[in-house]
Amino acid sequence: MIRQDILIVGGGLAGLAAALSSDPQLKVAVISKVHPLRSHSVAAQGGINAPLGNNPDAKDDNWEKHAFDTIKGSDYLADQDVAELMCERAVPAIYELEHMGVPFSRFPGGVIAQRPFGGAGFPRTCYAADRTGLVILHTLFEQSIRKNVKFYNEWLVTKLIVKDGKCLGVIVCDFATGQIIPVEARAVIFATGGYGRVYQKTTNAFINHGSGIGIAYKAGIPLKDMEFVQFHPTSLFDVNILITEGARGEGGYLVNNKGKRFMADYAPLAMELAPRDIVARAIQTEIDNGNGFEDQYVHLDLRHIGEAIIKKRLPGIREICINFAEIDPIESPIPIQPAQHYSMGGIDVNMKCSSCVEGFFAAGECACVSIHGANRLGGNSLLDTVVFGRIAGEEASNYVKGSEKSNNSEKILLEQALEVKMKVEEWEGKDSGEKMFRLLNRLKEVMSEKVGIFRDKRDLTEALEKILELKEDYKRIYISGKCLRYSQELVNIFEFDSMLNLAEVITLGALKREETRGSHFRLDFNKRNDKDWLKHTLVTREEDKARISYKDVKINKYKPVERKY
Amino acid sequence: MKYLFRILRYDPLKDEHPFFQDFFYETDEKKSVIEALMDIRNEQDCTLAFRYSCREAICGSCAMVINGKYDLACRTMLNSLMSSLIVIEPLPNMEIQKDLVVNMDPFFEALNKIEPYIESEADFSEGGYRIEEKEMDKILQYVNCILCGSCYSACPVASRDENYLGPAALAKLYRFVKDPRDKRPFSIWSKVNTEGGVWGCDTVFKCNEVCPKSVRPADGIEALRRKLIVEKIKRIFKFKR
Ligand SMILES: Cc1cc2nc3c(=O)[nH]c(=O)nc-3n(C[C@H](O)[C@H](O)[C@H](O)COP(=O)(O)OP(=O)(O)OC[C@H]3O[C@@H](n4cnc5c(N)ncnc54)[C@H](O)[C@@H]3O)c2cc1C
Ligand code: SF4
Ligand code: FES
Repeated sequence: MIRQDILIVGGGLAGLAAALSSDPQLKVAVISKVHPLRSHSVAAQGGINAPLGNNPDAKDDNWEKHAFDTIKGSDYLADQDVAELMCERAVPAIYELEHMGVPFSRFPGGVIAQRPFGGAGFPRTCYAADRTGLVILHTLFEQSIRKNVKFYNEWLVTKLIVKDGKCLGVIVCDFATGQIIPVEARAVIFATGGYGRVYQKTTNAFINHGSGIGIAYKAGIPLKDMEFVQFHPTSLFDVNILITEGARGEGGYLVNNKGKRFMADYAPLAMELAPRDIVARAIQTEIDNGNGFEDQYVHLDLRHIGEAIIKKRLPGIREICINFAEIDPIESPIPIQPAQHYSMGGIDVNMKCSSCVEGFFAAGECACVSIHGANRLGGNSLLDTVVFGRIAGEEASNYVKGSEKSNNSEKILLEQALEVKMKVEEWEGKDSGEKMFRLLNRLKEVMSEKVGIFRDKRDLTEALEKILELKEDYKRIYISGKCLRYSQELVNIFEFDSMLNLAEVITLGALKREETRGSHFRLDFNKRNDKDWLKHTLVTREEDKARISYKDVKINKYKPVERKY
Repeated sequence: MKYLFRILRYDPLKDEHPFFQDFFYETDEKKSVIEALMDIRNEQDCTLAFRYSCREAICGSCAMVINGKYDLACRTMLNSLMSSLIVIEPLPNMEIQKDLVVNMDPFFEALNKIEPYIESEADFSEGGYRIEEKEMDKILQYVNCILCGSCYSACPVASRDENYLGPAALAKLYRFVKDPRDKRPFSIWSKVNTEGGVWGCDTVFKCNEVCPKSVRPADGIEALRRKLIVEKIKRIFKFKR
């Protein structure tokens, strides 16, 4: 059997950061369902936040101000100690990335360039044009080659094995062969990213099914604040490819069909650079009120920024517009609409990235340390992945060095692998039943129509019913393509189980939370209610039922006040 | 619009030879080749295998040959092909693992050989580096590489000589050598002063032609050649003095 001291699941930024910080004396491996460079992190565009103060407008910036912006942006649901921890570590993290080879864009004088981003008091987003994710992911991958990190690529984790509150390892499905393989590990770190594809309109990669979060949930680990789903204001109309916030950071305007910069009505001071929840709602409201184009989008106008800046700072955006919409932003405005983008919630972990299960850690978008609260600021997620990915690697190393090896894990893992294998045989053995992609489409429809930007009790209740129906239908799933080698159908069938659970947890949390906070907007409870709801939602699976509980928010310096921009 | 997709199929465990299979496909929407392939897979044959991830031409998963032309399937719109017959083949000169999925190992192994990482000094100053934008600009072209493997697949030298490092790896080496932070000694990177390295290139520029990200890897190879010669001359003069 394959045995590792530390097993990292996910080869995106959080996973690679964890691999690089794990103790090299230990046996460490990374499992990823795609080659690490194909991870969704590669698509990040706009940048990564750190209060370097390089922008002439940001001389007074510091980590406390960054922490304050993060907490205010979160609509005060962030745990303040962890937000502070992340922001304190931001500057060294950026210099470390630079040292590892990230080719950041520069300002005159040779320092790292920084642009304004939404909800930030100072321009503090470091970037490499609009391909920041590409360069950071490639750089961390390069460092992993240098450090001889062991990779198992195109391996899908299907199950986390926990016994008596202790993590023993995982069960894997090898994409190339369809084989089921047990992997024993003393510590497991999940860095499995987001679940955007639970929605129809999303900026996320095709592969972002969020199965890691669902697998942890199934193993009994609580999920936190899952009802907080970020909708990005500006995705390219129809295809929903992201148009980075950096486009507004460089000065882009949002304009409705009357030619008006409508953000003046919603956030008169911050205008286009208000936080994402506010801008996304503003755009959707404009569209719903008949001020959009074709009732589906508004314009993001970059023309006044000029050809030179567009070519220099937003070449990727220009390429995307030309490629996918046949328009050149130098000459015409970009049609944009909101789309699902990011998960503020995730696997419940503490500031050491550890969970209630001994030896199980999580970092990156799949985790909820609780930095982003009810709304994440742009540029804070990449920072989250590198800071907490690193912490996860260090903490898992400490854990392994201080713990005893379990005795009978091999037997349990073999049994569990057999169980998974029998499941596959069952799906393969059937000649009829529910087809995977139909169920997937149905789920996406439900989530987009009923658990979107604007929510209310009726929609959420209906959504929940539909999800439970889908759960029943899923029991009749079958594999129609009778070859398990490189079978995306098999991958999807495995992951869909998680997607159903995630959808349920998101919807349940949203239904119960009778207030409006950050990205969670209830038409029937349209005010923030700190008295009853300044708390984290936890959903735990108990005997295949979702059980909901709550936990206090850590408030240090910053008392919750109304958010104004 | 109605399309006829002619897709190369091959399962090395079952089929003696690769063969083309036809699929009819109809859509009113604007779709990319990768979306059409997913629809065909979902609705007609779930055993059809291919790779994908980002759908926005940045992850490098989906390079293939579409109507005879190398491209990323996710950025190729059906209507842009101006044809109702769409022929899809996997990257040539690479071992087919199944249908459109090819073995990328040789490509990544070649990359590993050039030590594809910054070799900066062990310590770094607290305040970061000072590098002017014009210095960064010199490597940007190469930084845009998404390691999709198209150039490697199209390169006539790589296809006949498995020891040849290939365009992407060599261009990547140039990206590092040119980076002001990189301190690798000449004795290390000049290992590419061979037929398996920079002198293997036949300068037919297939790589520049097929690259979907305008990396122009052959520019990097030529620049490495020039740099090698210059460094050598410098060394001879130093030696004489
Ligand atoms: C288009 C776009 C642009 C963005 N731009 C920015 C930006 O400019 N700034 C910013 O701060 N944030 C940005 N974000 C957010 C940020 O990019 C992501 O939140 C972050 O990259 C997530 O990194 P990760 O390492 O957690 O996950 P990912 O990069 O998604 O990696 C997940 C990894 O887990 C693996 N995996 C998943 N499930 C399994 C399984 N079951 N078994 C095995 N492996 C599995 C995958 O193969 C993958 O390697 C952007 C997001 C999007 C969608
Ligand atoms: S140089 Fe171009 S073709 Fe070659 S791997 Fe990089 S992106 Fe692909
Ligand atoms: S799917 Fe990522 S490049 Fe095509």
